[in-house]
Amino acid sequence: MFNLTTFRELVTAALWTGLLAGLLLTAIQQIQVIPALLKAEVYEQNATVVPDAGTSHEHSAWQPENGWERTFFTTVANISLGVGFALLMGAIMHLRTRPDNWRIGLLWGLAGYLTFFVAPSLGLPPEVPGTEAANLEDRQTWWLITVLDTGFGLWLLAFAKTRTNQFFGAVLLAAPHLIGAPQPEVPSSAAPAELAHSFITATVFANAVFWLALGGLMARFYKK
Amino acid sequence: MPSSPVLLETAQAQTQSKASKSDFLPIMVSGLLGLILLYAAGFSDIAPLHNAAHDGRHSASFPCH
Repeated sequence: MFNLTTFRELVTAALWTGLLAGLLLTAIQQIQVIPALLKAEVYEQNATVVPDAGTSHEHSAWQPENGWERTFFTTVANISLGVGFALLMGAIMHLRTRPDNWRIGLLWGLAGYLTFFVAPSLGLPPEVPGTEAANLEDRQTWWLITVLDTGFGLWLLAFAKTRTNQFFGAVLLAAPHLIGAPQPEVPSSAAPAELAHSFITATVFANAVFWLALGGLMARFYKK
Repeated sequence: MPSSPVLLETAQAQTQSKASKSDFLPIMVSGLLGLILLYAAGFSDIAPLHNAAHDGRHSASFPCH
């Protein structure tokens, strides 16, 4: 049987969580993330004037105008990611048990942060536009494997009953990094290293706040 | 949110029980909806979607172009 009440409660909780966390993320991005992206784009555009520059954006297709339009679509994207992550987190939480309070949610948020941001970023650091990177499909595949591995590994570390299974969880956490992420043959970047570093710092902070908000809010809205 | 009766600490083992059978399908459908949304916002290579979500993808450290 399909429990419609559970479905409605989960989806409602995820919509509110994603909306609020997405708006919060948009606000935080304005401090350092977006300014760094915009600066990097200037370097990228200057670099692509040179005929043999390898990387470039897809400029032929529609893209939002800089300013309010771009901010609006970034907000929509952040809320979509927020709702998507919240739905997934709510579903996984519920496989265990519905949360008791928002503090439990912070732990789920931390797990989400480690799974979806920290682990993949160890191999593929957040990058500004104009950075030379390996083949996109290879990176997406490594990203996906790393996320699945880390999520399952953390689950085993947290919930497995036997030492062997916990050990297997730790192996899963380490595996993608022992294999290594796909790297470009010749690493290069249009933006200076300083800007790339400040972008990494900015995303580390912004995503931490985003995930803790996601976890805390989802547990609050979806508690027993 | 419906309030549930206060559980004793000792009932913690109970909370570890599997979600009830009728909850399984809604949980799976919700999770799947979440994945579809994440794919559209984070992974889809349809150019307008990519461009609209571009800054969000870079910020979330999704592999992007």
